[in-house]
Amino acid sequence: MRKAAAAHEMTASGHALGRTEATKARLNLFETIRPYLYVTPALAFFGVFFFFPIAYVIYLSFHDWSLLNLDEIEWVGLANFTALFEDADFRQVLGTTLIYTLSTVALGIGIAFFLALWLNRKAKIFGLVQAAVFSPHIISLVSVAMLWMWLMDPQYGLLNALLEFIGLPGYTWLSDTKSALLSLIIVSVWKGVGYNTLVFIAGLQSIPRDIYEAASLDRSPWWRTLTRITIPMLSPTLFFLLVINTISSFQVFDTIYIMTQGGPVNSTNMLVFYIYEQGMDFYNGGIASAASVILLGIVGLLTLLHFRVMEKRVHYR
Amino acid sequence: MRQAGLTAWKTVEWLLLAAVGLIFVFPFLWMFLTAFKTMPEVYQFPPTWWPESWQFQNFEIAWSSGPFLTYVWNSFLVAAGILVLQLLTGVPAAYAFARYRFRGREALFGLTLIALMIPAQVIFLPVYVEMSHWGLVNTLWALILPYGASAFGIFLLRQSFMQVPDEVIEAARLDNASEWKIMWTIMVPMAKPVLVTFGLFSFIYHWNDYFWPLIMTNSNEVRTLPIGISMLKAAEGGKLWNVIMAGNMILVLPILAIFFFAQRHIISAFVYQSK
Repeated sequence: MRKAAAAHEMTASGHALGRTEATKARLNLFETIRPYLYVTPALAFFGVFFFFPIAYVIYLSFHDWSLLNLDEIEWVGLANFTALFEDADFRQVLGTTLIYTLSTVALGIGIAFFLALWLNRKAKIFGLVQAAVFSPHIISLVSVAMLWMWLMDPQYGLLNALLEFIGLPGYTWLSDTKSALLSLIIVSVWKGVGYNTLVFIAGLQSIPRDIYEAASLDRSPWWRTLTRITIPMLSPTLFFLLVINTISSFQVFDTIYIMTQGGPVNSTNMLVFYIYEQGMDFYNGGIASAASVILLGIVGLLTLLHFRVMEKRVHYR
Repeated sequence: MRQAGLTAWKTVEWLLLAAVGLIFVFPFLWMFLTAFKTMPEVYQFPPTWWPESWQFQNFEIAWSSGPFLTYVWNSFLVAAGILVLQLLTGVPAAYAFARYRFRGREALFGLTLIALMIPAQVIFLPVYVEMSHWGLVNTLWALILPYGASAFGIFLLRQSFMQVPDEVIEAARLDNASEWKIMWTIMVPMAKPVLVTFGLFSFIYHWNDYFWPLIMTNSNEVRTLPIGISMLKAAEGGKLWNVIMAGNMILVLPILAIFFFAQRHIISAFVYQSK
């Protein structure tokens, strides 16, 4: 059926009357290349601003160069990578990025899971709270970052006022090496948890009702329903969220740039901010592109894993 | 007895709902309240809830501290320009992926999906080098062109084009309509809900974007609103929170207003990727 339709598509305009063989042939050729013409503009953009840059950054990572003078570029082999891994600062940056990512992903998904189980109901008030929880997701990170800087102001901020109100001492938030990273994690979880919640809710709603009806006929207790039905049925959603959240946590930049500039004492310096500083402020193009390649490797692996699992899912269906 | 227990639980649940709602909404309310306070009131501890007198001039101070009209206009130009380009490149690509069989289709569509996953932060450095080779750094082109095609848009539109029944297209072909015309005058109008969804997603995303304009611009004529707002912090010596919050309202209010009126569309736009 499909094939017939496709064959028809290919020759659709050939049916018109009174055409010579030559025009027919030309038309056929045009029909063959038409799909390629249609996808070319989009793919050209991807090529120039996406696939070429990927290859280019790998090329640049094997060279010593700087944004100050792009004509002077020198092959250095793996020197940038060895320099990075021998650098204690960079190892710290990687470690901080890892801690940040693990905590943000675990908290963001964990909290969202319980919120989703709770908020997945028809009554209007639940829809309202869903919208409220989601609203930070569509607000610019610039505003979110500045708003939280103000809330976390150690002297006049609302958070410390609330802490003192319930009799607790004020917290140091962004001003201390011990608490700055945690503060950034809180902001990121606050902004992102609503998205995760709504994705979980969409997943919950796609679980067929009759499975639950069968479970309740069997008098299955709620925790068994949760662990035997809900969680397994949600596993594709959970996996999707794990990948998306991990990739986006690795990209953290805006909050660092606005709220901490990597400080205090480098305690919130993470991968993208490091690349930005090395490349744009310190003019170490080679180091910055080598760090970009490491980030590319991480994100690429996650993407590959994602595609593999998605393929499997499609096959099982 | 059981009835009483149920009502008690209902009350607790309502309180919990209110608490969760407040955690996410109250910070915005606090932004709003701070934006109307005087400086001495901002620096009062413990803070006051309601402004003692409503200071509308905070907005004027924020607005006149930089060329904000230019920032707003640039933000609009960039977000709208990107959306137009994405539709011009995305509609034909999605149509081809959805409706034609051709060699290499799966592979080319696979490339599109890869572009969906890798974020800008990974490749900003080589793109910056490209832009500076072409002399486009610090122009609006540097903000628009890299986003000229949207993998997400192609993905969404393809899905929607595939659902159009074959009969519709057959009928149009019998009327001798050209493929190009079928695509724009029959397929696109039928995909309207998806277009709205994608349009909202793309516009909000680029209106909010901070990272890319930060990298690509360094003078006021081409800066966008998020950059202008973030500069309030430095320009005002760092601590005029009432003015800073007033500035942020300019950035946040349009989005919250759209969210208020098109909540369902926006939620489905942002959550769609999960399906």
